[in-house]
Order: sequence, then structure tokens, then C-alpha cells
Amino acid sequence: MTAVATTPRFKANVHEALTDVRLQGAMTFARNFAGRRAAAAERLPEFEALRDSARAIKDHTLAHLDLYLEAYERKVVESGGHVHFAEDAEAARKIVVGLCKGLGAKSVTKGKSMISEEIGLNAAIEAAGIEAVETDLGEYIIQLRHETPSHIIAPAIHVTARDVEQDFRKAHRELPPERDLSRPEQLLGEARGVLRAKFLAADAGITGANFLIAETGASVIVTNEGNGDLTQILPRAHIVIASIEKIVPTLEDAAQLLRVLARSATGQDASVYTTFSTGPRRAGDPDGPSEYHVVLLDNGRSAMLGGEFEDMLRCIRCGACMNHCPVYQAVGGHAYGWVYPGPMGAVLTPSLIGVAEGGQLPNASTFCGRCEEVCPVRIPLPKMMRHWREREFARGLSPAPQRFGLGAWAFFAARPALYRFATGLAARALHLAGRRKGRFASAPLAGGWTRYRDLAAPQGATFQSRWRAKNGAVK
Amino acid sequence: MSARDSVLAGVRRSLGVTGTEAPRRFEVERRLAEAPAGVVPERGQGDAGQRLATFKAEAERAQASVAEVATRAEVPAEVARFLRDANCPATVRMGADPRLAAMPWSETALEISSGPSDGHDLNAVSFAFAGIAETGTLALVSGADNPTTLNFLPDNHIVVLRRADVVADYEAAIARLRAAYGKGGAPRTLNLVAGPSRSGDIEQTLLLGAHGPRRLHIVISD
Repeated sequence: MTAVATTPRFKANVHEALTDVRLQGAMTFARNFAGRRAAAAERLPEFEALRDSARAIKDHTLAHLDLYLEAYERKVVESGGHVHFAEDAEAARKIVVGLCKGLGAKSVTKGKSMISEEIGLNAAIEAAGIEAVETDLGEYIIQLRHETPSHIIAPAIHVTARDVEQDFRKAHRELPPERDLSRPEQLLGEARGVLRAKFLAADAGITGANFLIAETGASVIVTNEGNGDLTQILPRAHIVIASIEKIVPTLEDAAQLLRVLARSATGQDASVYTTFSTGPRRAGDPDGPSEYHVVLLDNGRSAMLGGEFEDMLRCIRCGACMNHCPVYQAVGGHAYGWVYPGPMGAVLTPSLIGVAEGGQLPNASTFCGRCEEVCPVRIPLPKMMRHWREREFARGLSPAPQRFGLGAWAFFAARPALYRFATGLAARALHLAGRRKGRFASAPLAGGWTRYRDLAAPQGATFQSRWRAKNGAVK
Repeated sequence: MSARDSVLAGVRRSLGVTGTEAPRRFEVERRLAEAPAGVVPERGQGDAGQRLATFKAEAERAQASVAEVATRAEVPAEVARFLRDANCPATVRMGADPRLAAMPWSETALEISSGPSDGHDLNAVSFAFAGIAETGTLALVSGADNPTTLNFLPDNHIVVLRRADVVADYEAAIARLRAAYGKGGAPRTLNLVAGPSRSGDIEQTLLLGAHGPRRLHIVISD
């Protein structure tokens, strides 16, 4: 686990995020993703069928995960690579730091990896006296800022170009202070130059994996920048760190998933670089790493198999759920307090760090259902958030007023005649009270709602009575 | 118990299996052996002419530039023209691919160097393993013929692609890989490349030339 999970103070985080003017400005950029994904899906008539195919591949693999892990391991060893299993974050950190020390590494470059964030790898590497350099532009920016990613594919989405300029001026002291960094391409050019030297100097390169292929023993990374490739091709060793559910059976299966991944993530038909790496450099190869290691992390995932949260293990980390989430769009990723934000984070976080720590996140949903509508592997995210809410309630972790309110609601809901009478009365009363403006700027017991927006006044009839008037009796 | 055994035992406990069940083992072996194709998009299909047209259109959509020459002998002149028009120095680095070596480079003013890149080359030429029409993607394989560093370190990457190597979809490219490396085999590195390097990490503005090549130029020949 990363050093500080602020998930238990989720509500306070949200209030801070909603009143942070700078963050609210930056988050407007997050709104471009949805349109791009829709256009890419529109352009491919087979897209919906591919989503079904992607889901089926993941379900099949998870149901046979033990056997595919063994098959994958055999192929990696056959190609001259090494496989290391890690039960938890600490074990994984120890393995990676041990490998780096064994190489006598002074510096390591890193491709973007959410698993690295999950296990807090950079801090462990640096504690061993080794420099860890993030090379994905977004990751590099947040590393300079000593922050965590606020989005799983756009880690610095909460940062503006002006923030980046300040960060670069502070970090790149060796460059002339009068240089112009007013345009984004100048910022990119500067990062390219600074990081190029880091790539060439690194002793080991650490990447994540989007997929691990049992058929060939290959690890697959998908990037647009090419940073993951320079990370793995230049140093003496390539270390892959991936969680066990990244396995897919064959190259064909990877092709199915790749077709939905880029479209769901950035709206591209294909990411610029999709790289399959199999073992270390071979006889006659003029470049490539001499050592190839894969660290396979469990960290709570095997316990999710076979249970009500197993579907979450289908996730391919595209970020579409957060790109379409009204809650994420409003509060950004940091409010979620741990590594994984948005709807996928709300479901995964309690599984990985426990319901006591992460149990508040599943409440961060309006249940609008857009996340499930766009999920490339059709994970029923709202249903699983409901499961977590039930667990939180059953374990007595939800706050007393909420428990009292739900109890009162249940009393009425279990008595339909009384419920109709009471809601009918309330709707008429609120209609009369609010008829002048049609909305309430404040309301008793609803301060949390009216603090950020008005409460619309009911129009005088309940939903049930209007339904009956329109469609006849409720069956 | 080793970490490996403990992780596998955890998976089996949750799935309610022992790992020795014959039907499960059979199912996995069959899947790995047969590698079923799944859903293959219509977009890249068609005869050679249609595939080539789709490849060009999709590669350009991904911001690569594409030129077509009649024969391989015309490739050096096209490379020289591209570098001149882009106002780049007339130097290129390339690997040991005999198909590249056989081209008449001496008829141009290009200065040729060979071998992998150490990060100081501006321009490189590679020979593609295949082109995938569906998304305008190049498939490049590692080795002395076409070192992987040439795909990423230079500013301008020029890739020669045979017309006959333009295939419809990923599945067709995978079939060619199996033919070349054997079932279950693979090159050390397979790069699928769609367009030049880019980043959208600053305010979600798309900028070309992040860490890899700023330009990708594809030369299609016989």
C-alpha cells in the first residue's frame, strides 16, 4: 500500500476538491475523453461485439487462472526470463529492490505502472539509495510535484500547463532561467531532453504490463509516448511488474482486448506503441536488455476470485468509467484518497485495502450507470458499489443518521398503503411550500445537498401516482 | 510454502479447484493450441488493392506520412527527398537487413551508418515485418536486421514496407509471426507502431514527438 491512504476522510477530501478553484479549472480538460471514445466506437461497427468478446476472454481466463499462470511462467522461463511471485506489496517491493541492488543499479527508469503506485515502489527504490525516474510525461510531472496520479491513464490531469512550467523551472535548475516555457510544446521539448539523458544512463528499466500472454510468455505494454519502450530497451535489465489478472491466453485474445482498450481509453483506434517483450536479448541481438524479470503480484486479487467482486478482475484499466463519471468529473482523482479513483476505484479499493478504510468510496455514485454503459469488459460497477454499501451497512460502518434514515424509510417502504399516503402528503406539502420559486435554496436535513445546488420542489404528485395516472395500475 | 505455491493455492482455493482436474487442463491446452480468432473487424478486409488503400488512409489518420514507389530500387531517392523536404540532415542509420543493404544508397547523397542507435542519430530506416490495414499499424521485429533502438531513439523514423506484407488485421499478422517464429515462439521485441510518438499529458492537448520519433514516414514498395 502507498504510504498515505486518505480514503477514510473521503468526505472531507470531496469538500476540499469542490472548493478548489484551480482543480475545478483543470478538470474541465477531463471532459474531452467521452466524445473521443464515442466517436471511436461509432467508427467501428463491431465494437459492441468486441466488448462481449473481451468480457468472455477475461471470464474464461479468470476461471482457469491457476493453469494460465503456470503456462505463462513456463514460457517466460523457456525464453530465458525469470518469474517472481509476490503475495503482497511488501514482498513485491523487496523483490524489485533486491533485483536493482543485485545489478548494482544507481538509477532506474520507469514506464507508467499503476501496480508500481499500488505498492509504493518509488519510495522503496529511493530508500535503497537508487534514483527512480518516472518517464511518462504525466507521471514525471506528478513525481516532481510529489503527488500521486489523479487518473489511471492521465495521471497529471489535475495539473495545468502553468503549474508544469513552475515545476520544471524549479526542477531543471541547470537550464537557463530566461527560457520560454509559455507553450505546451516547449514543456514537452524540455521533458524530452531531460529524460533522454535519464534513459541512456539507467541501469534497469521497470514497466508495468497491460497484458501477459500465456501462449508466448510475452508482456505487453501500450503507450503513446514511447517512454515505456526506451525504459525497457536501453538498460541492462527489464523488470516487469504486473498483477496476476493481467494474463490472457493467446495473441488473438490480446488483439481482441487491444481493440477495445485504446478506443475506450483515449478514443484512438490503436495506441501509437503496442510492444510485446519476450525474454532477454538473444544471440545476435544488437540491443535490448540482458536480463528480463517478471514480478507477479497477488495483493488481494486471488481472494476476489469466485466471489461477488470477481468481475472487477476483468478491468483492463482504460479509465472510461472515470471519464464518464459525474462524481469523478466534479471532485477529481485525489479525493478518492488512494491509488485507483472513479467507479473502478470505488469498487476495487475496498477489496484491496479493506471496507473499514475504503468503504466510503462506493457511496460516491449517483448510480447513473454510465460507467457500466461504457466499460469495455462490461463490469457491473453500480451493482458492485451496491454490494459494498450493503456490506458497509451490515457491518455498522455507515454513520448513525444514515442508518436511522434508512431504517425509517424501510418502515414505510414495507407498508405500501402507509408509504403512498406519507409520500403523497409530503409531495403536496413541499409543492405548496416551494411553489413560489419552484426550488429550495435550503431545506432541513438536506443541508449536504443544498450547500452546492438547489433542491427542486416537487410538482405535487408522487412518481407512483403519476405513473398510475399515465399507465394504469402498478403491477 | 514458496510465494509461488501460496499464490497458486490462493487462486485455487477461491476457484474451488485443485488444478489437477482433467477437463480444465484440457480446456486450457486446447485454447492455447487452437487460439480462436474472436471478432475480426470488416475494415481491413478486401483484396490487396483495398487493403493497401485502407492501410494508407489509417496510417495517415494516425499522423504518419506515406509514400509509394514502384520498386525497391527507388527507396533511397524517396528517403533522401523526405529528409530534404523536412529540412533534416542527409544521414541515416539502419540495421543489417539484406533487403536494405541491397538498395542503391550510393546513388543518393545520404550518409549511411549501421547498427543500433546510441541516442545520437537523427534519422533511421527500418524494414517492416508487416503492415496492418485495419489501423494503419506497422509490425517491426527485433534483431540485427532491424535493431529496436532505431524505432525509438531517432527524431525521424522511416520504415520500408512491402506491398505484399500489408495484411488485413492483427490476426493475419499473428499468423505470419507464427509462420516465422513457430507456434508459441516470438521475437524478443515485437513493436506495433501507429504513427509518431505523442503525448496528451499537458492539459489533454495532443503534441507529437514525446519521447520517440517526431515523424514516422512509411515507404511502400515491391
